[in-house]
Parts: sequence; C-alpha cells; structure tokens
Amino acid sequence: MRYVLLFVDTEQFANDLQAMGPAERERAYQQAGKWFADHAGKLRGGRKLQAPETATTVRLDGGEPVVTDGPFVEGKEVVSGYAEIEVADLDEALRMVKTWPGCPVVEIRPLES
Amino acid sequence: MRAGTAASHAELARVVRQNAGQLAASLMWVTGDFATAEDLVQDAVVAALQHWPVEGIPERPDAWLFTVARRRGLDVLRREGNYRAKLAQLRWPVQPDPDERLRLIFTCCHPALPRQAQIALTLRVVCGLTTAQIARAFLVPETTVAQRITRAKRKITDAGIPYRIPADDELGARLTEVLAVIYLLFNEGYLSTAEQAHARDLVDDAEWLAALLHQLMPTEPEVAGLLALIRLHRARATARFDRDGGLVLLQHQDRSQWDQEAITEASRLLARAARQQHPGPYQLQAAIVACHAEAERWEDTDWEQIVLLYDMLLHLAPSPVTRLHRAIALRYTAGPGAAMAELDALGGALDRYHLYHATRAELLRELGHPDRARAADRRALGLTANPAEQAVLQQRITWT
Repeated sequence: MRYVLLFVDTEQFANDLQAMGPAERERAYQQAGKWFADHAGKLRGGRKLQAPETATTVRLDGGEPVVTDGPFVEGKEVVSGYAEIEVADLDEALRMVKTWPGCPVVEIRPLES
Repeated sequence: MRAGTAASHAELARVVRQNAGQLAASLMWVTGDFATAEDLVQDAVVAALQHWPVEGIPERPDAWLFTVARRRGLDVLRREGNYRAKLAQLRWPVQPDPDERLRLIFTCCHPALPRQAQIALTLRVVCGLTTAQIARAFLVPETTVAQRITRAKRKITDAGIPYRIPADDELGARLTEVLAVIYLLFNEGYLSTAEQAHARDLVDDAEWLAALLHQLMPTEPEVAGLLALIRLHRARATARFDRDGGLVLLQHQDRSQWDQEAITEASRLLARAARQQHPGPYQLQAAIVACHAEAERWEDTDWEQIVLLYDMLLHLAPSPVTRLHRAIALRYTAGPGAAMAELDALGGALDRYHLYHATRAELLRELGHPDRARAADRRALGLTANPAEQAVLQQRITWT
C-alpha cells in the first residue's frame, strides 16, 4: 500500500532547533538524512517544505476566490514536509515512523488506489 | 434440535459467544476481507437470535451459524466469483485448527482505531453481540454504535490495518491495547448497578475474553493477571449489593457470601503468573484485590502489603487515582492524618472525581470535622451519576 507521511513541526520543536548550536543542528539533520537513507527502498519521493511564512492559501468556498497569507490552518502545528512510501500495510508504516528522529508529529495517510 | 426448550438469555449469549468469533475467523480466512466477514457473522447472529429463542438452540450451533452466513455470503459475493466459488465448496468446520481468533482480537484492538470503536468491534466480532445489544449496554443510541463500527471497518480496509498477530517486538505494546479494551469492558459492566440487570452482562463478556486470551497466550503474565483480577472481583460480586439493590461497602460486606473456591482458584492463577517475575499493572491490581479477598475479616486485611503493592503499581503506572487508593490504605497503616496529607496533594488532579471527595469526607469525619465531612460528601454526590453510589452518599450526609 502507498501512504503519504506528513511531517508536522510544533513551535516547541522549531524553538529547540533554533536554540541548538551549529554542530548539534548538523547532527540532527544527519540523523534525519540517515533515516531517509535507511528506508530508501520504501520511499517513493517527498520533500521538505519551506517555512509556513512562505505559504499562501486560496479559499474557493465563497463567491470569489480569497487569497490569504499563511498556511490553511493557523496553529502551533504546521506541515513541514512529506514523503510517499510503499509498504505492505499500516503496521509497516507505523514501524517505520516510530523510528523517525526529526519533528515530533507524523500523520500517516493512505493514498487512494 | 432440542425442540421445545426455550433458551434463556444467558444460554443464548453463551452459545453465540462461543461460536461467533470462530465463524468470523473462518470467514476471514476464506474471504480475506474483514468487513465482509464481519457483516456475515452479524447477519448470522441476528438470525440466530430470531430463531433460537423460539425453536431452541440447535445441536450444532456452529454449523447452523455457518450455514446462514454462507447462504448470505453467496448472495453478497455474487459479483466476486472467486470468493463465491470458494465459499460454495466449503463445509463446516472450515478450519478447526489453529484458533485464529487471536488475529481477530488484535485487528479489532488495533491502536489506529479509536477506543470506542475497538470496544464495539471486539464485542461484535469476537463475542457476537449485535449492534443493538452493544448500544443498550453502553446506553448510547444504536445509530452511534453502527456508525462507529462502519467507520472502523472502513478504516481497517482503507488504511491497510493488517489481519495478523503483531511481531515480537511490538507484541507488548499491542497486548497492552487489547488488555485495556477488556479492562474497560469489565469496568463498564462492574460499575453499572442492579438497575441495568436487563442489559447485557458486560462483565461476563470481559471475563470470557480474558479467559480466551489467556487460553491463546498462556505464557503472558499480564493476561493471567487481568483474568485473575476479573475473577477475584466477580467472586465477591453478590456481597456488593444488599437485598434492595443498595451498594454495600467492602468493610460491611458479608464475607461468607464470597465464593471462596473462585478466590482460591484466581489466587493460584495469579501466583503462577507472578512466578515469571514480570510484574505489570494487572498482576499488581489483582494482588491488591487478592489481599482483600483472602482476609477472613475486615480487621485481618494486610494493609502493609497493600500499601507496598500500591507503591509498586505507582512505580509502573503512575496515576492520581492510584495514589488516592494508596492513601486509603495508608490510613490503616499510618493513620488518617497521613492519609489526609496525601489527599491534600491530590486535590488539583482529582477535584472532579467523586471518590476523592468521598474519601476526604471519611477522613474528615475520623479527624473530628463532621461539618467539613458533610460538605465533602455533598461535593461527591454532585459528581457521580451512579444511583447506588448516590444512595450511599445521601445516607451519610443525612445520618452522620
């Protein structure tokens, strides 16, 4: 089955990352990089997103499309990246995600077949 | 057929429960589709509950249920030639060995499903309850239960929740999930009062599930611990209510009404589990209950041992409610003053918990503050919806 992993940052996580020294931050990035390398066989693409400040949201449910600055939900948790994976079932996806060393929240969403 | 023998509710429940899960596992094996298997079992159970009370329980209830499910399956799977052909050739028993119900249980209690859905699914698929029976037991509308089940089944299919026993490295966490479902069921049934006597006895289902799990996983000490816990409570159940349905507190219970044989049996089960030296929350809770159950009189209660067990329990699973229970035991080893000091530290976390205030009331009374005790009892009264508990509190406010 194919799933998309939505990586979610929290304010706390962003602050923690900010507070790190360059060496420590580099180590954090390396751990995330290693996780991607370890699971390369199951990964089918994905990217890190730019910061939520760069997001633009368009709402089409009114009469005219309304364009606003920022992500679609204002909150302390923002999507910061995604990865598409191909695994046998949800348990395999869960097993993979439980070892993720980066941001503190990951949503697993199955793709429509 | 045992013609003419009108089957009692309890007997119907027992026979359905004995067979529903087996049937679900077999149909799952044939169709590979959880939602379809589940639907077919439910149809067969509903048909059984229409026919059996009138016609009597058939000699081979398993074959009867299977025949109904198969007939319905051939109808439902009309468009899926593959399954249909397979199903048409089947003779019961489909797959007598090994017992596949463990996979069923783990799928129903998958952590990706919400707790209420885990409970409803387990009751329907493993125990063979109908949606209407579940709704009555939990006092919620039938449509709510039906919706929970539909959503859960859709999620199992769409999100790729597997039908299997978890791998060794995840078994511990997954088993905790299953035990939590059974424990909740037990609590739900145990706390409901005599007034709901007409409703399905969830305690019965909980004990049966725990026993089944213990049979399927005999070396898991926490499974044995939960089963012992349930049996130790049930062995003393008749003494919990007086003739008018009023709640009788442990201290005042007539211990001659306790089922000594069942207590001994459950204690033995617990001792066997403890020998594995993997203590867990259920074994410890059962050990605490065993301390009470084995005391011949209230005065004989081994409070030192109980406090010790609570310390271990708090170490494994810290919770304010467990601290409250420890404080109650502490009252008998260190006095009401020490217990009160513990309670004062818990006020923030348990301010909305009726037993916190009821316990405070008892201690305040003992410490010579009857007015404050009544106020605490009144606070407790406002926080519980359980009629039996309300009656006890009301009595205390009036008479002490």
